[in-house]
Amino acid sequence: MDFQSCVNIKKEWDIVGARQLGRDIAKKIGFGTVDQARIATAISELARNIYLYAGSGKVCFEAIDDMNHKGLSIIAVDEGPGIEELSQVMEDGFSTSGGLGAGLPGVKRLMDEFDIVSEQGKGTEIKVVKWLR
Amino acid sequence: MDAKLKSLVLENSNDIVKMWLEEVQNNKNKEYTSTISDELFESTNREFVNVIFSSIENQGLSSELDDFSERLINLGWPLSYLTDGMQVFRRVTIDFILSQSDKVDSEYLSRVMQKVDAWVGPIINRLVNEYSGSWEHIVSLQRVALQELSAPLIPVMENITVMPLIGTIDTERAKLIMENLLDGVIKHHADVVLIDITGVPVVDTMVAHHIIQAAEAVRLIGSTCILVGIRPEIAQTIVNLGIDLTKFPTKSSLRKGFQSALELTNRKIVATEEKDESIEKLIDSLDGE
Repeated sequence: MDFQSCVNIKKEWDIVGARQLGRDIAKKIGFGTVDQARIATAISELARNIYLYAGSGKVCFEAIDDMNHKGLSIIAVDEGPGIEELSQVMEDGFSTSGGLGAGLPGVKRLMDEFDIVSEQGKGTEIKVVKWLR
Repeated sequence: MDAKLKSLVLENSNDIVKMWLEEVQNNKNKEYTSTISDELFESTNREFVNVIFSSIENQGLSSELDDFSERLINLGWPLSYLTDGMQVFRRVTIDFILSQSDKVDSEYLSRVMQKVDAWVGPIINRLVNEYSGSWEHIVSLQRVALQELSAPLIPVMENITVMPLIGTIDTERAKLIMENLLDGVIKHHADVVLIDITGVPVVDTMVAHHIIQAAEAVRLIGSTCILVGIRPEIAQTIVNLGIDLTKFPTKSSLRKGFQSALELTNRKIVATEEKDESIEKLIDSLDGE
């Protein structure tokens, strides 16, 4: 784990900034175009959730470089209202905002590891990892 | 005492200018002015300090200041050059006044600081306002330019129109896309609309949702929407996300989409006879050589 960088999410255009930074880091680590697109899409979903539901928060990137594997970890943190029913939001087609409801379950499928911690009234933290193969 | 201070500064302007120039010259080593030639830097410094003194002398902001800042904005000088310069001027002037005074107590010191601030403050404010005004102007112009580019609808043939999308789609733009699409379909009597997303870098659930809604709206007014330009990596992420795009036809490229649009409107591309002949002739003549 050598460096960490964060993008604050406050406006809709910050989503684009987070996505671009994430894509650049992914490219540097050596991900192919398909995985870059997956990572960019996952970042887009996480950042948009922050923008839509929490108002503000941040997305952090960390390059992982261990002895035997490389990867990228993305942590999305907000201090928003939290998620009421975690098992519900992980179901396909569940949405409180009239969207497609594919965001979080989609991110889980796009990435290799997925961790979510959410406390009502305190906020949400989602950590995802994509390993370089 | 205020008038005394002013005349003291104005009478000794040469000394202050010298001190100021030395300090500012040292600042040149900083990154932002390293690409500017020495001559230009020096002449700009001289002009800058003259402008400062003339606005102190006239007890107010002169039109020279506006001209000067406008020229620097046009040349692309950084704002930090001007604010640093004013900062240095304040320091140098206070130092100079204090060095000229025999007795310095705290009351005197605060009067001097106040006076110099009253000279420097309005100039800084004016410069910052000029700069930020020009930035805001540029941003608003670019926003308009971007909006004009954001959702064009091109009638390529009778009953067939194309909407090429390039760049990030945000909610504002998604609204524009929907409006232009529906307006255009009715205006051009389009039976088939091709939405080309070759230039859209990321298709997430929000973008997909807006495209699905637009296609559904097009279907409601009796036309067909074909989504084209789906790159392989985008196709994979759409599948991973679990987005259902089965409600309308999709194609990998605009060309394929256009072909199916022609089929939908009972037409096809036919090569003209003469062209075939001329190509054959050309091949024959090449064979002959």
